[in-house]
Amino acid sequence: MTPPPDVQALERAARDLRVTVLRMIHRAGSGHTGGSLSCAEILAVLYGAVLRVRPGEPRWPGRDRFILSKGHAAPALYAVLARKGFFDPSLLATLRRTGSPLQGHPTMSLPGVDLCTGSLGMGLSAGLGMALAARRLGGDWRVWVLCGDGELNEGQNWEAFMAMAKFRPANLTAIVDRNHVQLDGAENEIMPLGDLAARLRAFGVAAIPCDGHSVPSLLEAFDAAQRCGGPAAIVAETVKGKGVSFMEGQAAWHGKPLDDESFRRAMAELGEAAP
Amino acid sequence: MNGSHPTCPAPAPASKPMRVAFGEALIEFADAFPRMVVLDADCSSSTQTKLFAARHPDRFFNFGIAEANMVAAAAGMAAAGLIPVASSFAFLLALRAGDAVRSLVAYGGLNVKLVGGYAGLSDFADGASHQSVADLAVMTALPNMAVVVPSDLTETRLAVRAMLEREGPVYLRLSREAAGAVFGPAHPFEIGRGIVVREGADVTLAACGRGLLLALEAADELAGGGISARVLDLHTVKPLDAGAVEAAARETGAIVTVEEHNVIGGLGSAVSAAAAERYPVPVLRCGIPDRFGESGPYAEILARAGLSAGRIADLARRALALKRDPD
Repeated sequence: MTPPPDVQALERAARDLRVTVLRMIHRAGSGHTGGSLSCAEILAVLYGAVLRVRPGEPRWPGRDRFILSKGHAAPALYAVLARKGFFDPSLLATLRRTGSPLQGHPTMSLPGVDLCTGSLGMGLSAGLGMALAARRLGGDWRVWVLCGDGELNEGQNWEAFMAMAKFRPANLTAIVDRNHVQLDGAENEIMPLGDLAARLRAFGVAAIPCDGHSVPSLLEAFDAAQRCGGPAAIVAETVKGKGVSFMEGQAAWHGKPLDDESFRRAMAELGEAAP
Repeated sequence: MNGSHPTCPAPAPASKPMRVAFGEALIEFADAFPRMVVLDADCSSSTQTKLFAARHPDRFFNFGIAEANMVAAAAGMAAAGLIPVASSFAFLLALRAGDAVRSLVAYGGLNVKLVGGYAGLSDFADGASHQSVADLAVMTALPNMAVVVPSDLTETRLAVRAMLEREGPVYLRLSREAAGAVFGPAHPFEIGRGIVVREGADVTLAACGRGLLLALEAADELAGGGISARVLDLHTVKPLDAGAVEAAARETGAIVTVEEHNVIGGLGSAVSAAAAERYPVPVLRCGIPDRFGESGPYAEILARAGLSAGRIADLARRALALKRDPD
């Protein structure tokens, strides 16, 4: 039996991811802050307590797969992969630098990245393919796909939900980072998703709501998704820019460069010594 | 480089639709490639993947009328170790699913085989909405993508095997319609290797797909007028056999390309560029003259688009006239 997850350790991991993300984006001079901060707990819990992966053998065929369909949250993914030991954390300083495997959006040349993403709306379809491949190849891996809520504007997601309901892979879970803000503004102004859980259920996908910033709530949701026996989508309620007061809920911090003053204030809020 | 190839007999009468040869090839190679699965988007009765589906229902996935979802799912399957063959109409794969092709299959270098059926004007009765004049332009411009346009039934079968053997993304462009058997079963087909189908000294007719049959006809017509035309089968538009193009330029001094695609962005563009870079000679392009197709009998709309043996022969004579005098 695996030991029960250490909730406090996962909470600290999420906090550390936020610090790392801000350092990376500040140093790079560009990057997507808001959507990286909103998924910190999701990634911390997935990589800390759920995913069956081997950091020393990133292409291990039997591994669980994770797709960051909202590829602009790449800094958060890179931070958690480095923390997990997929590559040397010193590489984090090369985000968006020429020749770095830490491209602006994830590529498969970086150990631990299972799919190149960035153009939105396709990760769930690809996750479905990975899940169906397990059936055909006799594997027992699970596939987790993290989507943004703004990303669900793309119709292809709904093609994927339809196909999930048809093929019924029990080893595929979508996670929606429901932070309610997209590039141009509030989701309910740009393109309202309405009652997302109801829409998912209408498409034949089990909807599992949770608090995307609560480690216990996430653990429960991930567990429910694995037990539900069919296609499931976790709707994780989150706050864009979570953890930095002046970024929270602000569309402006979707992709704004992190200036020195804002960086200093953000680090202070996270209790990190001034850089 | 192109290998020399014995002069082939005149094309045999069309024996079956190219799409049927494709469907049969999937079945033929199913056992040799156990990781192959086939995906279609509610067109399996048209593309003939239904033949495979009937034989291997556990290896067939119908994604409904949702090509982008199908191609992205194929990318996921490939990333997990399968060899997915994703089939639909050519224009839908290139354009409706174009972002999934670009962002996942091509950029990821994933082992997905995209098979675009009903290409060119071959969906003649349905008209421009279903015809595909731009797919080669899209597919050839994507890094990592190989683009193959078989010219007869033999090449269709061999191209299916070759794409399954090749690691990485491949776009296979097929016709809806009857295809002849230019080549025998021992045909030395290899992705990226052009084939001299008929030797000639005055001009080269470089063709892919149905263009090859027309080029052979045109070569006969030219021979009647005392012009010796080489016929070069360039079934692979990318990676193009630039060596075969250079040899054609050096040895015959003029080239006419023949393809069932817009003259922009397909074989004609690729051959022009290769000739310009390696050994500049006149290159005239026979293809669809930057317009959409239309409904009508197949041969008739092909001819109205300028795809006929007579027009190829005309272009060959013009190309000859454009040749510069030797120094």
